[in-house]
Amino acid sequence: MLGTVESGEGRLPGPQIGAAHTEGIVLSAEGIVKRFGALTVLDNVAFALSRGEAVGVVGPNGAGKTTLLSVLMGALEPTAGSVHYLGQNVTRLPAAERCRVGIARTHQVPKSFSGMTVFENALVAAQHGGGHRASEAYDRVVETLRLTGMLRVANRRAETLGLLDRKRLELARAVATDPKVLLLDEIGGGLTDGEAGELVSTIKVLRERGIALVWIEHIVHVLVQVTERLVCLDSGKIVADGKPRDVMKHPDVVRAYLGSAVG
Amino acid sequence: MTDSGLVVARWTPTSVTFTVAGVGLLLALSFLPTVASPATLDRMTTLFIYVILAATWNALAGYGGLVSIGQQAFFGLGAYVTIRLSNAGVNVYTAVVVAPLIVALFSLPLSLPMLRLKTSEFAVGMWVVAELIHLLVNLDPLIQGETGISLIALNAYTVDQRNALTFWIALAAVAAVLAILFVLLRSATGAGLQAIRDNEEAANSVGVRVVTVKRIVFVFAAAGAAIAGSLWLATAISFQPKTYFSAQWTSYMIFMVLVGGLGTFEGAIIGAVIFYAIEAAFGSMGVWYMIGLGAVALLFSLFLPSGLYGIFGARTGVQLLPVGYWLRDTKSEPAVGQGKAAEA
Ligand SMILES: Nc1ncnc2c1ncn2[C@@H]1O[C@H](COP(=O)(O)OP(=O)(O)OP(=O)(O)O)[C@@H](O)[C@H]1O
Ligand SMILES: [Mg+2]
Repeated sequence: MLGTVESGEGRLPGPQIGAAHTEGIVLSAEGIVKRFGALTVLDNVAFALSRGEAVGVVGPNGAGKTTLLSVLMGALEPTAGSVHYLGQNVTRLPAAERCRVGIARTHQVPKSFSGMTVFENALVAAQHGGGHRASEAYDRVVETLRLTGMLRVANRRAETLGLLDRKRLELARAVATDPKVLLLDEIGGGLTDGEAGELVSTIKVLRERGIALVWIEHIVHVLVQVTERLVCLDSGKIVADGKPRDVMKHPDVVRAYLGSAVG
Repeated sequence: MTDSGLVVARWTPTSVTFTVAGVGLLLALSFLPTVASPATLDRMTTLFIYVILAATWNALAGYGGLVSIGQQAFFGLGAYVTIRLSNAGVNVYTAVVVAPLIVALFSLPLSLPMLRLKTSEFAVGMWVVAELIHLLVNLDPLIQGETGISLIALNAYTVDQRNALTFWIALAAVAAVLAILFVLLRSATGAGLQAIRDNEEAANSVGVRVVTVKRIVFVFAAAGAAIAGSLWLATAISFQPKTYFSAQWTSYMIFMVLVGGLGTFEGAIIGAVIFYAIEAAFGSMGVWYMIGLGAVALLFSLFLPSGLYGIFGARTGVQLLPVGYWLRDTKSEPAVGQGKAAEA
């Protein structure tokens, strides 16, 4: 395992959230390398997520955060390394199948189904990813839209939404698939304090349901309100992994952010 | 249906009216052979064939994102298999109906390699497939290369009988194609299909089995092009491979769908009607007609990419055929609406 902080906290078991860690690891990546041509974007990354755990991912632009998320989701195949989910090797399992067994993601640049309504966007997710049928799927969608604050625009075509609502829709759609693991990619950027507060309480509800989280976000002060562990990625390597306070003081993290005050 | 007074509606008054009118029109048309002239029936058959071609190419390209420029492969095969079945002693009109089903079965294994191709490779790949099938059909001694053959079994029927029978089969085929597409689009698979149309990567992310859904559409579109081909043979009688395996058929499909509205159920039908009218008016102008079609298609794709129905739908917000979902609040109408007020 890479990038342990020197605080002595170690990696696993990490900070205590109930009995989560005794139940073991839900999603893990070992020795992940991802190259695009000559460019090495992920360089031997190892990462493990425990059941019900919430991990924040930080790192400068171009560090490879989104790429790591895509490898975990199955949208990208790693050049080397493997991904395990609930003890099974899922390295070759396509994204749609991973979604059906309980992994869901949001996209950094929202990818809404623009010609469909908000309701229909979430319905596709509930029907296909969640395996819900008929009115059971409707109930699931209504509940999810309410939780994510999207019920008020349920009948709007997604192409008419502003950026913030498109990001909320990303979250709603992912939640509608009934995930065990939720991979979030910068859904909190550009929020006012009030909006960020709403997002934090939404995420807390999801955590209470036992959903494990990986959340990429630049705004660390929002991130630390729901995560008990922080991972810092820089140039394709995990340079720190541990308690948020320790990670943010870590010399490599400080250097990665060029001394800029994060968090 | 859902908690707190929220219900999911799928039909609107407009869409009920329109769908009832559409079904009524199809039923009324079935009586046309008792009153209309043979020439009228023949023209209507042509129109139905165009609607089938447009609707199925639209399903393939507009919804599945599978831009094929080789659908003439299935059009030609539909006609060819009809000839073969008839030659083997099958009743000629039974052959017209059964041939497309055989072509659909053939398209299933073909979809395995084709759907592995990327978008542009798929388009060209389909054209290559069409050329290949054309060459293979030419090798059949029965067809005698480009000399071709006629569907002589039709001689057993009078001209009036032929016109009426072909018309009824074409009417049944267009009704079946539209009904299947309608049911498909309203199903969970159809929601997945529309998701693929809008964003394939995101469709994958929410669990849509993209290749499986595309395969359904591929086979459906192959069957549609094939029945169009077998019906064309039933009206034209003679089968010359180069006429049937001509890329011109696919260019017609593209024209109809681009003008009517790519990726909308209604748009393809409108495009077919417009194409039919244009052909009736200018079809005798030969090369200039083809150049004109190309120019119009180009202008549409450049300046009106959503087609005529797309513009109509965006302006009015009206949905003629109810393939979508509408969340209604039965307690405090209209609490869940377009959301403009709530956003302020
Ligand atoms: N499909 C691709 N082909 C080539 N290069 C890519 C591809 N996807 C990502 N990259 C490159 O990989 C590097 C890491 O990208 P990635 O999106 O994972 O970074 P990130 O940490 O998410 O950055 P940001 O904070 O800006 O979102 C970047 O240099 C990017 O240009
Ligand atoms: Mg990113």
